[in-house]
Amino acid sequence: MITTDTGGETPHVDRHDPSDDPVQLLSPTGERVHHEVYSARADHLDRAALEGFYRDMALTRRFDVEATALQRQGELGLWPPCLGQEAAQVGSARALRPQDFVFPSYREHGVAWVRGLDMRSLLLLYRGREHGGWDAREHNYNVPTLVIGSHALHAAGYAMGIQRDGDVGTGDPDRDRAAVTYFGDGATSQGDVSEAMVFAAAAGAPVVFFCQNNQWAISVPTAKQSRIPLVHRGTGFGIPSVRVDGNDVIASYAVMAEALERAHSGGGPTFIEAVTYRMGAHTTSDDPTRYRSRAEEDMWRQRDPIARLRNHLEQLGTGSDFFDAVEAEADRLGEDARAYCRSLEHPPAESMFDHVYATPHAQVERERAWFRDYKDSFETEVVR
Amino acid sequence: MTERLTLAKAINLGLRRAMERDPKVMVMGEDVGPLGGVFRVTDALQKDFGEDRVVDTPLAESGIVGTAIGLAFAGYRPVCEIQFDGFIFPAFDQITTQLAKVHYRSGGRVQVPVVIRVPYGGGIGAVEHHSESPEALFAHTAGLRVVTPSTPADAFVLIQQAIASPDPVLFFEPKARYWDKGDVDVTADESSLGLLPAGEGVRPEASLLERASVLTRGDDVTIAAYGPTVRTALTAARVAGEEGRSVEVVDLRAISPLDIDTLVASVTRTGRLVVVHEAPTFLGVGAEIAAAVTERCFYSLEAPVQRVGGFHTPYPVANIEEEYLPDLDRVLDAVDTALSY
Ligand SMILES: Cc1ncc(C[n+]2csc(CCOP(=O)(O)OP(=O)(O)O)c2C)c(N)n1
Ligand SMILES: [Mg+2]
Repeated sequence: MITTDTGGETPHVDRHDPSDDPVQLLSPTGERVHHEVYSARADHLDRAALEGFYRDMALTRRFDVEATALQRQGELGLWPPCLGQEAAQVGSARALRPQDFVFPSYREHGVAWVRGLDMRSLLLLYRGREHGGWDAREHNYNVPTLVIGSHALHAAGYAMGIQRDGDVGTGDPDRDRAAVTYFGDGATSQGDVSEAMVFAAAAGAPVVFFCQNNQWAISVPTAKQSRIPLVHRGTGFGIPSVRVDGNDVIASYAVMAEALERAHSGGGPTFIEAVTYRMGAHTTSDDPTRYRSRAEEDMWRQRDPIARLRNHLEQLGTGSDFFDAVEAEADRLGEDARAYCRSLEHPPAESMFDHVYATPHAQVERERAWFRDYKDSFETEVVR
Repeated sequence: MTERLTLAKAINLGLRRAMERDPKVMVMGEDVGPLGGVFRVTDALQKDFGEDRVVDTPLAESGIVGTAIGLAFAGYRPVCEIQFDGFIFPAFDQITTQLAKVHYRSGGRVQVPVVIRVPYGGGIGAVEHHSESPEALFAHTAGLRVVTPSTPADAFVLIQQAIASPDPVLFFEPKARYWDKGDVDVTADESSLGLLPAGEGVRPEASLLERASVLTRGDDVTIAAYGPTVRTALTAARVAGEEGRSVEVVDLRAISPLDIDTLVASVTRTGRLVVVHEAPTFLGVGAEIAAAVTERCFYSLEAPVQRVGGFHTPYPVANIEEEYLPDLDRVLDAVDTALSY
């Protein structure tokens, strides 16, 4: 059953023009801000819930900083830091249900954490040990897609599958599902991302496009990808779209909660532009001093999403005990990540022939056999 | 006058010379502006030639190549940079259905002198899509020229000749060799490079676009290599030489067209051929060479043509890439095999 069958009619969608002002529920200094539409989505978040968000963000950051250091020490080939984007990632991911399926790109370490992934498995890809690192179905969280934008189409297609399974609009919170895809500002220029929005809109598919506009695609500023705020990309495809302050974890939660309700209830796709900042380098191979100013970096450092939530929690009365405990937990997480990373050994060379096909393939098997003989010939030489 | 330059710097200088020579030459791609490309091959070009001629494009490879084709229609000579080998595929449609076929479709009336620069090959410890060798896919497409320098000197000449070519050229740059240094004749000018007036290409005698080069002379076996594997082939020749075997190394430089004449001349003397490339051997450049050489000098061959290359697997994880890539041992093993007949 496809729940969005329009009988050939063009489906009606809300054509509201999204505001260029990002939705904000927490001011940069940590005061709650009222928003006509979105405050209601976050009213139930009590202090304990927000402390949970804080813990997610602080642990994500520690892990991220640790991984960056591991790369510097030669333990990882590469690392793409999510520094500065923790609120967008944690807030949005906290609105997901376990049965929703996520197609991330490569920087969504905070989403991975919230999905319940053992963060250490994120290291496998960047250590050059695996191309993926985990079973996507275990936490409904796919391995990274490194080809910019390709996975947006996978999310649209997955959502089309959900429609065919009838898992939208049943009203059963354990049954209705959605697909969510994360990508960057640069990715919005890829044809695949536009096509994903075309397909999602045409099918009325339950998918959320979550674009983290971190202001940069390596050295290229967002202004080179679009002359208007990216949020209007969604509107152009007839997709309800919203711009959110991505350094505001509460607002990021609220807009994702709304988008998921739309998806789950059969209302189709949503496009979210989360305005945030890549506080670190693009990856550990990058040198941002070549293309952006210290002043810009300083300005965004003032808007640090974790400091913002901490201010708010302190206003609510969260004491230093809590922050100390999180700090201690972060220390343990960091130590653990280091030890795990250093303990990883290379996989056997012959494993390169595994999983090329699901069933035996004569060409692969011939080459595997040749490789085995070739390796054995060295052993024999040594013995001799 | 020669200068000692890295491969990356030699290409950078070649681009600069081409831009100075012809105001229609443009550079376009992701991060080619202030950053100078992730490998710094376009370093300082935007500063010196401006944003109209060195364009940081939106992040879309199909867009880069598709607009380059339009720019060529409008009389420009775009040099596109694809950031890494594995990211050329969003542009595959534009390259194979459009770029390769515009001249044919137009009955020879429209030239599309677009150069597409692609850092390729492995061995740099990178994550997926950053170490691939897709040259055969493009060489298999009629209408595209495919070249790949292995030395700074050749890179300097080849990039300028590729830009001068009225045909589209896929210019594969061995990224693991970007920092290798070599002597480059930086005084080479239009006439010594053989550059003809726009639209006419390069004087055949001067053109490296179709010509292999014999790097070492030998009598017992020929090793044909290109791009990143040339250095390995030269090392193999030296090591084999120490064991009393005389190896001839041919650097193909061009993949399309292949300089079969040079290979046939070599194999006619040596009787044995080993082809080395990083790309998978299955249906690869080595397979074509084996067939073509066998057709042309069957009676001179003393052994079947040996192929050394990647396997029929996706490029593996960095931890074990050295086992996938053809290394010195595997090349020497193939030389031994060829000599065992
Ligand atoms: C198809 C493709 N082209 C180029 C690249 C190289 N590349 C990796 S990340 C990146 C920039 C991406 O920017 P954005 O989408 O804003 O995401 P961010 O890295 O800022 O999170 C580029 C060009 C790639 N991975 N895939
Ligand atoms: Mg970005």
